[in-house]
Amino acid sequence: MSLVALIRPDSWGLPLFLHIAGAMVLVGALTLSSVSLIGAWRTASPALTRLAYMSLFYGALPGYIVFRIGAEWIADKEGLADSDLTWIGIGYGVSDIGALLLIISLVIGGISIRRMNRGGLASPIAARIVTGLVSLVLVAYLVAVWAMTTKPT
Amino acid sequence: MYHALLFFHLLAAFFLAAGIVIYSGFVLGGPVSRATRTIAEILWGVGGLGTLVLGIWLALNRPEYELWDGWIIAALVLWVLATGSGAQASRGVQPVGDDTAVAIDRRTMFAHWMRVLWFTLLLVMMVWKPGA
Repeated sequence: MSLVALIRPDSWGLPLFLHIAGAMVLVGALTLSSVSLIGAWRTASPALTRLAYMSLFYGALPGYIVFRIGAEWIADKEGLADSDLTWIGIGYGVSDIGALLLIISLVIGGISIRRMNRGGLASPIAARIVTGLVSLVLVAYLVAVWAMTTKPT
Repeated sequence: MYHALLFFHLLAAFFLAAGIVIYSGFVLGGPVSRATRTIAEILWGVGGLGTLVLGIWLALNRPEYELWDGWIIAALVLWVLATGSGAQASRGVQPVGDDTAVAIDRRTMFAHWMRVLWFTLLLVMMVWKPGA
């Protein structure tokens, strides 16, 4: 598998590029969201709260879609779509749980943004819940990056 | 050894990407707080150093790669260009202290988007490894 990673056909390039680039945008947007929300805890800044939720919607969500399409595409190219290899299982498991937590965060964020748009204050409890969820997803993606590079069997 | 190096090399690349995404938030009109900017700088710095050092180590570790391979030299040039653009973007984005959006001049914006371009090309180089 290491040799495959070192020398791979050119046709695998685009799906792999989309997979990695999407994952990078996803992780970057989750980091921005998490850091902004932690900052908003202290200052109760509506601008930081808005940035955190917007980064989930405009960064993490499209990043996730591109990352997942790339994952399915490269798995298909490599003939690993139905594989029971441990590292593939970790990848899909983390990806599915990450999607669920991202959707929950997006719904909570959407409700908060709507509340702010109507002149209300952002809920500090919602901000703390989303911070927790997003941080959890980031740790899970760290495990996924480890699994994708070390390929444990 | 190879897998550990690859993991930390890729992790460093994710740090770089996270720093770039945070700066994109600033450039697109998001509020610039001191803490967020500091974290973006740390991610960019650690990621930059990590990708360079671990990338060279990887090239030395594998018999398939040589430091003077065309794609590795191109990657090093792109890394230098990204670092230069990043330094310029960093100087142009300063927090005002109250978590509000700051006015970012066109040169800083240009430097930031050039950094995005160099980083994307760097990723292209790492994935396709032309000539390897």
